[in-house]
Amino acid sequence: MQKHLLKRNLGSWAFIAPILLVHILVVALPAASTLYLSLTDWSGVGIPHFTGFANLHRLLFDDTNFISALKNNIRWLVFFLTIPFIMSLSAAYGLSQIKRGVMFYRVSLFLPYILPSVIVGALWGFLLNPSTGITGFLDKIGIPGFDKALLGTPGKALWAIAFIDNWHFWGFLTILFLVALQNVPRELYESAELDGANEFQRFRYVALPGIRPTLIFMLMMVGIWSFLVFDYVWVLTKGGPAGSTEVLGTLVYRTAFGDFEAGYATLQGLGMAFFASASLVSFGILRKRGWEI
Amino acid sequence: MIKIKSRPSILNIPLIVLSLFAIYPIAILILNSLKSRQDLGLNPSGFPKKLVWSNYKIAFETSNFSRHASNSLILVFLTVTIVLVFGGLAAYSLARLKPRGSGAVMFYMLTVSTLPLWLYIVPLFFLWRQIGLLNNYFGLVLLYVALNSPFAIFLLRSFLVKIPREIEEAAIMDGASKLGVFTKVLLPIAWSSFLTVGLVVALNVWNEFQVAFILINDQNKLPVATSFFAFQQEFGNDWTLTSAVGVLVIVPVLLLFFVFQRKFTDGLVQGSVKG
Repeated sequence: MQKHLLKRNLGSWAFIAPILLVHILVVALPAASTLYLSLTDWSGVGIPHFTGFANLHRLLFDDTNFISALKNNIRWLVFFLTIPFIMSLSAAYGLSQIKRGVMFYRVSLFLPYILPSVIVGALWGFLLNPSTGITGFLDKIGIPGFDKALLGTPGKALWAIAFIDNWHFWGFLTILFLVALQNVPRELYESAELDGANEFQRFRYVALPGIRPTLIFMLMMVGIWSFLVFDYVWVLTKGGPAGSTEVLGTLVYRTAFGDFEAGYATLQGLGMAFFASASLVSFGILRKRGWEI
Repeated sequence: MIKIKSRPSILNIPLIVLSLFAIYPIAILILNSLKSRQDLGLNPSGFPKKLVWSNYKIAFETSNFSRHASNSLILVFLTVTIVLVFGGLAAYSLARLKPRGSGAVMFYMLTVSTLPLWLYIVPLFFLWRQIGLLNNYFGLVLLYVALNSPFAIFLLRSFLVKIPREIEEAAIMDGASKLGVFTKVLLPIAWSSFLTVGLVVALNVWNEFQVAFILINDQNKLPVATSFFAFQQEFGNDWTLTSAVGVLVIVPVLLLFFVFQRKFTDGLVQGSVKG
């Protein structure tokens, strides 16, 4: 009987093992190795030399690039926790209330999400180019703030990139919220209507509480993703002009593959993971305290 | 019976504006790909004066599109196959056979799959360089498999657990092996969720930039996304040509999306919530 049980387990494990081993090999083991490598002067080749807390000291006290990249990630976080959510919640609510044309809107709003980042970046680089694109047009008709290339102006470039990434992203959130909203019982809207609730009140007191778990989960995920951004920044500005759009992702890339300070780059990566998980933890705490939305 | 008042069409106005916001830039990309250079300079966001189809021929040749597209197809094929076969087997085992410790595997997949790429790509890059897996599709596909399989396993597992057990029991009575039950009984029922996963993984791999950008720098081996980026760096001033290459890259994606629209949206939406 014991032997039979063992055999049963072995057979079932054989189905799990291949994918699990691949995952451990390329994700878990390298991730674990950073715990040691981050304490070394490793250049990527040869033997890493243990340097204790030298890297940590540098990260905390001497690395202005890390701090400014982190600040940009926090700006990114503020942008992405507000703009896409406002846009997608309004659109999803609108879609959940109409009957005709839902399919058309679903498809068109989702379309940007399936496009590759490199193409979205190139396309919007063109559209935001003062001599060719929309911003040139806005400048011509006298709207202030568009006289220079947005992507070439420190202080504006990061927001321009966030705007572009959001163009690609928010439709995805919309469909996600729409799917959740479709599970909110219609009777709730009807009784709110009987009580004389207006459109906004139905949204605020029926729709929003109805999708609260999805909403909180997505706020948390977007909080995590905000620390991981790489594609859009690299494709559009590579962190420039003058480092003004540098984020943690582009910084780790530069440290590891530009300066070949691999050991130090793994510490920056750990820093990134720390802040990403901080957003996970803070949502966990808010949730435990019965945070209401 | 109380009927909800038919919603005022006023809700449609913001939706139309937002849809235009989503579609118009894509339309510009396609329109610009068909303009002459002179036309584009004078008229960057309207209809072409004359359709210049030859842009596509030039774009196809100068960007070496056939090579990069076949590179990407190889990557898509390998990743999708491995994820569906081995991810499917793992999902089946986790849904049905539940060996001792499978809870720990689920926990591992949930937690470790959320680790940021930047936490492990640096040591992995130097390890791959050491053992010759840089500029190597095997090295890249291993990472693609790892990045896509947690989502695949969660989605397939959640589908497989919903299938009533009785359906398998007859086959088990007839002496079918575990693998036989999976391939002959469950797969015919669950194929549609496999299709969903396959489509999402294919899209992910075709569009993927970051990992390929790090692990592949041999010009001849670049997949479409990174090769488009390289092309844009070189020919970015020629907007008609760059737009045409861009359209070539997204046409397969758009075609698949329009055919399998529902599956794509469902898969991508569920994938993020479960994975």
